[in-house]
Amino acid sequence: MKDLVEIRELSRDFIEEILNTAKAFKEVLQRDIKKVPTLRGKTAINLFFEPSTRTRTSFELAEKRMSLDVLNFSVSTSSVVKGESLYDTLKTIEAYNVDYIVIRHSSSGAAKFVAGHTRASVINAGDGTNEHPTQALLDAFSILEVKGRLDGLKIAIVGDIIHSRVARSNLYLLSKFDTEIRFVGPPTLLPIEPPDNVKVFYDLKEGIKDVDVVMLLRIQLERQKGAFIPSLKEYATMWGLKPNILPYLKDDAIIMHPGPMNRGVEIATEIADSPKAIILRQVTNGIATRMAVIYSLTPGGSN
Amino acid sequence: MIIKIYNANLIDPFNRKEGIANVTIENGIISRVELNKPTNLSQVAKTQEPLFTSQKPQPLTDYLEINAQGLYVLPGLIDMHCHLREPGYEYKETIRTGTLSAVRGGFTSVCCMANTNPVNDNPEVTYYILAKAKEDGSCDVHPIGAITKGLRGEELSEMALLKKSGCVAFSDDGMPVMNSLIMRRALEYSKALDTPLISHCEDLNLTADGVMNEGRLSFYLGLKGIPKASEEIMVARDIILCRYFKSPLHIAHVSTKGSVELLKIAKEEGIPVTAETCPHYFVLTEEAVKNYNTFAKVNPPLRTDEDKEAIKYALKAGIIDVIATDHAPHHIDEKKVPFQEAANGISGFETALALSLQLVHEGCMSLKELIEKLTINPAKILKIQKSGIMEGQEADLILVDINKEWVVDSEKFATLGKNTPFNGWKLKGKVLMTIKGKKFFDMREE
Repeated sequence: MKDLVEIRELSRDFIEEILNTAKAFKEVLQRDIKKVPTLRGKTAINLFFEPSTRTRTSFELAEKRMSLDVLNFSVSTSSVVKGESLYDTLKTIEAYNVDYIVIRHSSSGAAKFVAGHTRASVINAGDGTNEHPTQALLDAFSILEVKGRLDGLKIAIVGDIIHSRVARSNLYLLSKFDTEIRFVGPPTLLPIEPPDNVKVFYDLKEGIKDVDVVMLLRIQLERQKGAFIPSLKEYATMWGLKPNILPYLKDDAIIMHPGPMNRGVEIATEIADSPKAIILRQVTNGIATRMAVIYSLTPGGSN
Repeated sequence: MIIKIYNANLIDPFNRKEGIANVTIENGIISRVELNKPTNLSQVAKTQEPLFTSQKPQPLTDYLEINAQGLYVLPGLIDMHCHLREPGYEYKETIRTGTLSAVRGGFTSVCCMANTNPVNDNPEVTYYILAKAKEDGSCDVHPIGAITKGLRGEELSEMALLKKSGCVAFSDDGMPVMNSLIMRRALEYSKALDTPLISHCEDLNLTADGVMNEGRLSFYLGLKGIPKASEEIMVARDIILCRYFKSPLHIAHVSTKGSVELLKIAKEEGIPVTAETCPHYFVLTEEAVKNYNTFAKVNPPLRTDEDKEAIKYALKAGIIDVIATDHAPHHIDEKKVPFQEAANGISGFETALALSLQLVHEGCMSLKELIEKLTINPAKILKIQKSGIMEGQEADLILVDINKEWVVDSEKFATLGKNTPFNGWKLKGKVLMTIKGKKFFDMREE
């Protein structure tokens, strides 16, 4: 495969292959020398049209561990502010003969657009409200590490589902396994026509009852303006994960968050710092998973 | 020049004529229409030109005879909703390329919307468009003036002066008149002018930053949705205003089942409202934007199957009176971008008739019913004088093979707008010839 653009177009086999590869890379990362020479002499560019520190850093580290030469291109320093089109930016970058393009963009479908216009391998690091496939892969990898399986699990995704590319990629990934998926949150932040395999809950306590995994999403501060929620305080009261919710949760349930967290809004500090939360494990696993993704793609092939 | 068309099936809603006909055109004037007198061609035509040959057409001399057996002669089509982009956006389309595209699609009269730059909200712009059309145009151009200055929805444009200078209707198309009071005043004021308002029905607050139909697919693709309510609320509002102020109102590009239901009630009540839809709303659904196909990005957005079926029903039942193209040419640079940044619009002139003929081939309506929606109905709504195919009148007609199959190739379009989601589609029905006065467009060999 040339690109990783959308989870929804991947097969379960390919996903499992990436997850197995990630496991091998995680072992490498625990060694003294954390670098593999696999891709020496090849080049990756991180093309970020949206501000991001975590995802970009995670990709950069993964690329360096794979011995790639790494370039960073971010919007504030680029000619995009001078009005260059995405197509022209891409063609310029392609003229550098890069092998891997990691792209983050505010438009849904932008990664697919880029993938269709270049011979380089394109990895989607988040396109608009569409997908964030490496996040879903690292989430799946983290669940597998703790739970040993994906099949048979019940997963609740809580919060701003409609605006979340993380939620979509996780939905598409988990739908390829035998899982029960729940969306929990205020109706304004849930799809008006949810997919058939999703159960919708407006009530947090009901929504997380009996689940094995709770995936929290970051609530954007500007949602108040679009009349999606009345206030962050009300959101925290109704849908924030707080200690008083814990009795409704299974003892071995785990809590995930893609970061960055709003402590006191979607997640209380007591929960974020509890053993149930595997948030830092997610961060660590991000590197191994992204190495596995890079390793699994073949630049220049037919798309 | 003399053109003789023999044994054609003639349908002329303007004169309520139908039958096998021979039509003779001399120097742009219809000199003879013989109805129901089948002619044995072997007797009359010695130099008859075979219709379908691989040879190049003979240079147009001064005499042409056409055996039109199995073909149709129809009045030139009228498109009451298009964008010619001139003045201001000549990189997208010009009056020259747009009208050439129109006649290739069978349209001999087109009505161009006011969202040019400058906006057609004053007589000078109207005069400019008309002068350009006279100079460069291949067909009649009827400008539509803006309802409000600058399409801003705040102050009325000089409607009476626009009408005097040649505008046939008023519309802020592309933008709704969001303020109900302004819409009320526009409806009231236009009564004095006996000129319809054409309403682009969209509640911009509900649309927000939506880019496709809201529903399961928009969630799936991660694209912001435009609810059907965005259109329907404004259709309802405008119908209610129209009921109070009894001024002719025309609803542009109807795309939803809910709008059809509202129009049905309004028409049953006798409210003076008419409506149009466009081929893409009864041929495509939102599925066409899968893979982020920007050529299928249009406003209002492509909807779902139930809407498509409702629109076909409404066309058949006369709830929707007109098929318009909403020909909206764009430069490729405005479409070769991520979906949410892409311009709205489909280049429609050169596929509209063939797509509409699907309704006939599917048995949804008769050819006569279809042709009414493309000729006499828009003429009546806009009060455009047309005499149909009548002796002594200027030739304004087309020759159509409703069964000819062809493959859409946007590179061959005359329009500068290659933005069509139908590229590569095999369509059935083709305009072979358009005759508009002394202008003669021959597409038989394409």
